[in-house]
Amino acid sequence: MKAAVITFPGSNCDRDLAVALEKAGAEVVRVWHKDTDLPQGVDVVGVPGGFSFGDYLRCGAIAARSPIAPAVINHAQRGGFVLGVCNGFQVLTETGLLPGALMRNSGLKFVCKPVQLRVETTDSAFTSEWSVGDTPVIPVAHHDGNYTADAETLARLKGEDRIAFTYVQNPNGSMADIAGVLSENRRVLGMMPHPERAVDAAQGGADGSVLFRSLLGALTTA
Amino acid sequence: MPATYALVVRHPPLIRFRVRRLNRPFSRWPPSRMTGATGTPDTGTQMEEPKITEDLIAAHGLKPDEYARILEIIGRDPTFTELGIFSAMWNEHCSYKSSKKWLRTLPTSGPQVICGPGENAGVVDIGDGQAVVFKMESHNHPSYIEPYQGAATGVGGILRDVFTMGARPIAAMNALSFGEPSHPKTRQLVSGVVEGIGGYGNAFGVPNVGGEVRFHRAYNGNCLVNAFAAGLADADKIFYSAASGVGMPVVYLGAKTGRDGVGGATMASAEFDDTIEEKRPTVQVGDPFTEKRLLEACLELMASGAVISIQDMGAAGLTCSAVEMGDKGDLGIRLDLDRVPCRETGMTAYEMMLSESQERMLMVLRPEKEAEAKAIFDKWDLDFAIVGETIPEDRFLILHGNEVKADLPLKALSGTAPEYDRPYVETPEAQPLAEVPEVDPIEGLKSLISSPNYAHKGWVWEQYDHMVMADTIRRPGMGAGVVRVHGTDKALAFTSDVTPRYVKANPFEGGKQAVAEAYRNLTAVGALPLATTDNLNFGNPEKPEIMGQFVGAIRGIGAACAALDMPIVSGNVSLYNETDGQPILPTPTIGAVGLLRSIDEMIAGQPEEGMVALLLGETRGHLGQSALLAEHFGREDGDAPHVDLITERLNGEFIRAHRNLITACTDLADGGLALAAFEMAAAAGIGITLNVSGTGALFGEDQGRYLLACTTAHADALLAAAAEEGNVILSAVGNFGGTTVGFADAADAAAPLAELSGIYRSAFAKAVA
Repeated sequence: MKAAVITFPGSNCDRDLAVALEKAGAEVVRVWHKDTDLPQGVDVVGVPGGFSFGDYLRCGAIAARSPIAPAVINHAQRGGFVLGVCNGFQVLTETGLLPGALMRNSGLKFVCKPVQLRVETTDSAFTSEWSVGDTPVIPVAHHDGNYTADAETLARLKGEDRIAFTYVQNPNGSMADIAGVLSENRRVLGMMPHPERAVDAAQGGADGSVLFRSLLGALTTA
Repeated sequence: MPATYALVVRHPPLIRFRVRRLNRPFSRWPPSRMTGATGTPDTGTQMEEPKITEDLIAAHGLKPDEYARILEIIGRDPTFTELGIFSAMWNEHCSYKSSKKWLRTLPTSGPQVICGPGENAGVVDIGDGQAVVFKMESHNHPSYIEPYQGAATGVGGILRDVFTMGARPIAAMNALSFGEPSHPKTRQLVSGVVEGIGGYGNAFGVPNVGGEVRFHRAYNGNCLVNAFAAGLADADKIFYSAASGVGMPVVYLGAKTGRDGVGGATMASAEFDDTIEEKRPTVQVGDPFTEKRLLEACLELMASGAVISIQDMGAAGLTCSAVEMGDKGDLGIRLDLDRVPCRETGMTAYEMMLSESQERMLMVLRPEKEAEAKAIFDKWDLDFAIVGETIPEDRFLILHGNEVKADLPLKALSGTAPEYDRPYVETPEAQPLAEVPEVDPIEGLKSLISSPNYAHKGWVWEQYDHMVMADTIRRPGMGAGVVRVHGTDKALAFTSDVTPRYVKANPFEGGKQAVAEAYRNLTAVGALPLATTDNLNFGNPEKPEIMGQFVGAIRGIGAACAALDMPIVSGNVSLYNETDGQPILPTPTIGAVGLLRSIDEMIAGQPEEGMVALLLGETRGHLGQSALLAEHFGREDGDAPHVDLITERLNGEFIRAHRNLITACTDLADGGLALAAFEMAAAAGIGITLNVSGTGALFGEDQGRYLLACTTAHADALLAAAAEEGNVILSAVGNFGGTTVGFADAADAAAPLAELSGIYRSAFAKAVA
């Protein structure tokens, strides 16, 4: 599996995501936001966490208009895999690859802690090694993780089984406790929790490694 | 600004242990570009500069004798810009004029020390060709005036200190002291400071792994915000500030210069009074996004080989950074201010030289690398401008609009700053402790855990990203935080400690205790303490009793650092922390770093059902200045507990020697055995029963002690080892298990852990959120 991890100015989980992908066995190429093409043969694009462009204007809004953004959108439209974590999830909603928006946390404060998620679907390359109802513990760290969408979109996400993860105890006010959602073709995942911070026992738990293992498994058997 | 310390973000040579003499007579006066028969630099016709009057001199915080010294050095009246430059270099913050004499007495060397005080941060060897670079610095006054930005720029400044030296920041901590929870300003300060620290550090992307938060009425009018940062570098790729080579380009990097902070020095240099709200515009505004780009650009630049020397612009921005680079390299500096990237039009030389705009650096560049260096800064969309050059003579020459705005002997600016041997009186011996009634252990415990001083601080650190970089292997919440050295099996432990009540009652013992507690916190995770940074927060040093606190604390810190082999490698002094004449508690915050050669050495477990609780160290029941006394009885009397440094070291070595037998470990500090046992039980979610009774035994704060949790078999092995070695005191004090916290000798003294944990976890937010 070949993965590209994008770095925007202000990204600060780009290395962490690259390390987690490599640990799972992926070949990782780092891509600068001013590039206009992805490297040849990339299977999955990682859009990392952090504060791209300082979260100025609106989280993810400026990054979604970076020179690299059209290449990421093309990749997704061609059926490529995209994983957006935290700020990366915000970027993907701003590009339109995922529906909804991430608003300020309902508690109005930044929140950093491990949280329990509930796996809502195994019908994706990102979640196939879990069972529905599994409750992995994965850290969150964000100020704007309050997932918001109109009623029609929420109904569609539920109806099409596109809610990947929910929070067992909602830390940010997200509608329907949503922690991560999938695109229509189920190949783009955006999630606020950081699976790359839970890939070895020394970090306090390795539940996040299941996601990377699933992805690698799906891509190597595909 | 006779005063202090903390204004802006940082200042250059922290602790200067060697005072250089003017090694070159000022013989080149008048310089060739001077105009006018008097030999005074032409102040220009476009910009009317204020006349130098007594009031203007006083407003710059210069005492009459200090001004006389300026006249003596330059042999004429200074220009307005020159007056500003002298005041910036000679204030307490930059010159350490009240503290230097005493700072020189601190132990600063050891085989592990690569670079001690005097640079932007200390550098310590961690093996395998790697080094940890760290420092702690205060941002007290700005944080009181404008909590969010004051705290944010404090974090920004300390991070810059670390990456200026070529190190990537890998951990941060913050030690915060606020007034009483009931004081009308406290809530606003707590929420603003915590948000500011989070807002900057989270966006920058450094894990905040520890710190302290305390409340005491002595901080009602003057909160303390002490920010620590540590970074990782290759030991042979450390960057220093000394310029070298004549005719080398001086390059300005980072954000543009604005008018912010021009009055900051004066603000931070004075005691507070009722005009403080008017000072709000003097606080700088931080931009972590620019700082993050500056970090990445600087590290790329350093890797390119283009950097001869580099210095961040902190307090007194361009002035301090340029003088520092020239002074350390025995060179002069010429700056052409027309080339300085400015955010605003019409800025004067005075404003540019004293601006404290954030996220800026000054560098001396290898000229052949200019194009490569500029490309890196273009990539990150940051300013890059050649603003001057190094010159052979001892001269600080400032040009603006083709006029000479300042022409001063450079070495005299830093090397001849005033130094005071301020009179002091030793703090009198504390009055003996009045009788302390016995308390019900559960009631005593509840008094502690329902106070925001001893409650769970999750409300604070959950607002800080403590896991970014994905190497945090022990999160905040109990003792030291631990971060893995990326890509290796090694780890570094970080802690910050001081007990201001102790320091007030007994500065010498309190100073020792701050270092000893840091030693214990590092030891309790299995780490070997390596080195220390000190952030010395005190009141007005012109009062002999305050100076006495300072001197006593320094002596204690020095004794403990020497005995525990934790040399001071960096630090910061913050004086004049007073409001309307009321000083803070003397608060010498100690930040310390320890090494785990392998993460397997870490004592990382939690007590489990059936495990034994062991107490290492001697209990005498010292209740003077204890947390119980303060929180339960509202008393602060008696002497501070004394620290036996030999025992500290023996006990620490015992823990490290036997760490494979120990499942969990914590030091005993405020609140003694009872609070330590409760905290360990609450963290694990498992009950504990102590077979110890008596208020002194349970709540006394005797030093040098640890609480250990281990299996019965390991407890036996540890007890046998202690008996065999014969130089430590170890005893079984209880058992973990069940769902209550209880005290065996008092049948009714037990309470459900869930109830106590509920109080413990909600009390902080209840008090101040």
